[in-house]
Amino acid sequence: MTIAHHVDDATMMSYAAGSLPEALSVVVATHLSVCPHCRDTLADMELVGTAMMGRLPSASLARPVPRAPSVDVDVRRDEGADVLEAVERCGDVPTPLSRLAGSDLGSIRWKRLGLGIWHLPLPLSDNATGDLLLIKVAPGQVMPEHGHGGSELTLVLSGSYTDEIGRFGVGDVADLDTEVEHSPVADRETGCICLIASEEKARFKGVFARLVQPFTGL
Amino acid sequence: MADLLQQVAIHRDVDAFRQLYQMYAPRVKSYMMRQGADPNTAEELAQETLLTVWRKAALYSGEKGSATTWIFTIARNLRIDRLRKEVAWQELPDSHEETASTDTLPDEAVSEGERRDRVQAAMAQLPEDQLEVVSLSYVDGLSHSEIAEKLKLPLGTVKSRMRLAYQKIREAVEDLK
Repeated sequence: MTIAHHVDDATMMSYAAGSLPEALSVVVATHLSVCPHCRDTLADMELVGTAMMGRLPSASLARPVPRAPSVDVDVRRDEGADVLEAVERCGDVPTPLSRLAGSDLGSIRWKRLGLGIWHLPLPLSDNATGDLLLIKVAPGQVMPEHGHGGSELTLVLSGSYTDEIGRFGVGDVADLDTEVEHSPVADRETGCICLIASEEKARFKGVFARLVQPFTGL
Repeated sequence: MADLLQQVAIHRDVDAFRQLYQMYAPRVKSYMMRQGADPNTAEELAQETLLTVWRKAALYSGEKGSATTWIFTIARNLRIDRLRKEVAWQELPDSHEETASTDTLPDEAVSEGERRDRVQAAMAQLPEDQLEVVSLSYVDGLSHSEIAEKLKLPLGTVKSRMRLAYQKIREAVEDLK
């Protein structure tokens, strides 16, 4: 997989800080699982966290140092191997997303949204404010517009789409400035399946209205 | 610090753990309090962070290359799990460290310490307005939108200050790649 479009530095920094809203974090985590370039960037940004923590004053501790429990080193190593395997085994659906959407894109129960467009909203934590959903677009179909306010991220999981910026294939992320106008078209042969996250629910509903409008005449 | 972590990782040295605890638990407690934890919860989370370092150290033994960020990333992930109401951290950061550290050769491990020092030096040179957004993001746990609201700035300005800050940090470590 050749990844041409990456997560914006500001977005990745917020992710490294642990401050990125949940819906957006899922998209970034999914992109990271397939993008070594962004993993390197993340590692440097985590060093920033280490430095920031080093600048904090020391709070006084109320309790004594706890006793370190004994650890069976070999057992722990095995546990590590399992984690590695889990990361490497990424088929159709990258690991961070498969928890939410299952591991097979082919078995998703899509809900029809309009002509040539299907979606599947994904669950977030109770208090999360954003929206996260999968979108499937038929070959050659004009895709729903997004990226028009708040922070929104789109990750291609299957097929590709093309817009004024270029071609977005599997693993590519569109992390666009809010003012960018674009009208993406799904690949004429494969169509496109994307993961889309938005920071704000209300705004995303606005996007939905625009998205459904051309097809339903609402 | 790297030495202490190595003592903890390879030799399971209980005294080294005690020193590491005394050095870092007060800062982690401070971090948790900035994130909104009361002192009692903050200390519990600091304790859990350092005990996780102890437990996980065996996973990374000999791989001190990525060790420098453990304490921060473990504390951050715990904070997200326990304190932040909305974010469920995807477990990738843990796994990616393990993926990355598999390839870490001894020479690279040395440059990791250098890398950390340079990042620290670059941070000290950041203009006040850039350091402010970085600090609100990392220490106070605010999203870009929350920072924009707090500082009464457009979202785009917050993001561009973050980008500029990272650009300086990247320049500082570029030749170590």
